[in-house]
Amino acid sequence: MTRRCWLVALALLLAAPLSALAQEGYRYPIRDRWISTVVGTPAQIKAPLPTREEIPLRKRRVDVFPDREMPEALWYDGKMLYTVALQKQDAAPVMFLIAGTGAAHNGPKNLMMARAFYQQGYHVVSLSSPTYPNFVGSASSTGVPGHVFRDAEDLYRAMEVAWNDARGRRTATSYSMIGYSLGGLNAAFVAHLDSQRKTFDFERVLLINPPVNLYNSISLLDRMIENIPGGEDNIDLFFNDVLATFSAVYKREQDDVGFNDDFLVKVFQAFQPKDEELAALIGLAFRMSSGSMIFTTDVITDYGFIKPKGYKIGMHESLSPYRQVAYRIGFTDFYHEFFYPFYADEYPDMSRDDFIESMGLSSITDYLRSADNIFVIHNQDDIILAPGEINYFPAVFGNRAKIFPWGGHLGNMEYIENVAHMVGVFKQ
Amino acid sequence: MNRLLRLSLLLPLLGLAACSSTPQGDLSAYPEPTYSKERLVPDDIAQRDVQAGVYDPWEGMNKRIYNFNYHFDRKVFIPVTNGWRRYVPGFIRQGISNFFNNIRDVRTLANSILQLKPEKAAQATGRVMVNSTVGLVGFIDVATNMDIPRPNEDFGQTLGHWGVGKGPYLILPFLGPSNLRDGIGFLPDAYLQTELYGGFLAKPLRSTIWVFDSIDTRSKVPFRYYETGSTFEYETVRWLYSVKRDLDVEK
Repeated sequence: MTRRCWLVALALLLAAPLSALAQEGYRYPIRDRWISTVVGTPAQIKAPLPTREEIPLRKRRVDVFPDREMPEALWYDGKMLYTVALQKQDAAPVMFLIAGTGAAHNGPKNLMMARAFYQQGYHVVSLSSPTYPNFVGSASSTGVPGHVFRDAEDLYRAMEVAWNDARGRRTATSYSMIGYSLGGLNAAFVAHLDSQRKTFDFERVLLINPPVNLYNSISLLDRMIENIPGGEDNIDLFFNDVLATFSAVYKREQDDVGFNDDFLVKVFQAFQPKDEELAALIGLAFRMSSGSMIFTTDVITDYGFIKPKGYKIGMHESLSPYRQVAYRIGFTDFYHEFFYPFYADEYPDMSRDDFIESMGLSSITDYLRSADNIFVIHNQDDIILAPGEINYFPAVFGNRAKIFPWGGHLGNMEYIENVAHMVGVFKQ
Repeated sequence: MNRLLRLSLLLPLLGLAACSSTPQGDLSAYPEPTYSKERLVPDDIAQRDVQAGVYDPWEGMNKRIYNFNYHFDRKVFIPVTNGWRRYVPGFIRQGISNFFNNIRDVRTLANSILQLKPEKAAQATGRVMVNSTVGLVGFIDVATNMDIPRPNEDFGQTLGHWGVGKGPYLILPFLGPSNLRDGIGFLPDAYLQTELYGGFLAKPLRSTIWVFDSIDTRSKVPFRYYETGSTFEYETVRWLYSVKRDLDVEK
């Protein structure tokens, strides 16, 4: 035991001067952007944090629009779900968390941040992405997510409602916010909105691996699905192939094998998938969440996109036909045939291209350049950025942007060094 | 008597199935949406759809029970399991969990024999013998510490092993996804387990033991109805359950 302590101490001593070499010293081990994005951070090098059981996580539901009537098909999504972890003492800083595309308030990445910041003494309030079906149904004013300014207003309202619902006798000494992926883009616009409304007057805001422009990123994600052998027509065969891969590993394991990260690693080791297959897998996962979002949006607005306008889907009706259609529509199809026409009337002076350009960080660049409370963590090789987009961050945020040399999209988010940097932003 | 009553709870379900409504409305009177199934999903591709491939003629009824389970979960089951985790010390919960697993190992033993699987039968026998003695009637899982693998066989798998098909998909009240074969297979397994509890439990405990068994089982399953983030959750769960059961039968 003592000997091991000495070894650790020695290792730390050796590592200290290395970390001064900045990027050369970066030890996150996976340098392939596709593998890191899918596999994430191996358990041994994750930052040590309290477990979920060790912090008082509570799931709550709250009525954001009490008068809203839910369509029968989405009867269960009338109230907004969110997660809180409140400190024992009354007064503490508050940390809002915003999830990425299609992700929930209690997804693994939000809960990792909740564990980190509860440990740091924050009251944590964790929200779903505005693209998460429950948020679309319960907390979106229009029911059509993706509009960066509208989503910011919805999130702002959701934050106020959630904090008032959860706080009880607690008071906030200050407010901060983190969003990852699309949630990072959302957080930038929430901060921008707050600079006018001042309800929270955020002390610090952190954007982790955000897109620069929404349309560029969804186009990249849409195109990944083209890596399915034989193209999109074979999406079901690909589904089956993936399943067969998992089945093969499952069958040769003992009966008591669990479906966890270790199992994923075993699948990975057994099949060593090619980058194209990983890209197809990421595209498929994205397609499944965009499919649910599109269906929810269409049912809420009765726009007539994949469900006939005026038709009311019954509570016990089969949704198969809608799923089959939704899984074959790209996010870009939704953008052009639903999202843009839905909002275009509000912007009579804007061309389609201008509108697309406005749905990104560039429309608030001046604000971001001068907002010295907003920080960025990103990766040089992130798969959701178009070529050159990564340069936007050092150019606009200066030394408030930390760009790691590799890690893919959020692959290194739980890595010990990344978590240390994430926590460090709020201590400066 | 009590036991018979419990088991017979399942029977009305089969009757209900007969009057299950058709799960698809009439769309012909409505305008075609931007992307219709006719336009986007040709029949040959729709037929390859693995998720819709599960036989589910009772979908209407199943969804009613699915929704019942959602409400029961929210109002009763989850609050109780939360209290269980919060107020009962971890080592006691673990002990109780081990006790139930030991009983289930007997079920696995019986079904391994019925399927003529000597290796699994031997493993289960070893586990039950070690855990029932050194493990203090199952409260300590000594067998796992001795690296004896824990096979899992039930009567649904036994039926499957001897060629009985899954039959229609079936959502069981309280218990969740199943199919006709596994639902029926649940009955002899439950009978066996009840007899075993009777073997070494005092009477008042005997009648409430199922409650604790359920709380223990539910507290270890993170699934929450309608919180997967997929609006097509019912079908995805149906598909994954069917695939998993096929694999379990093969194993």
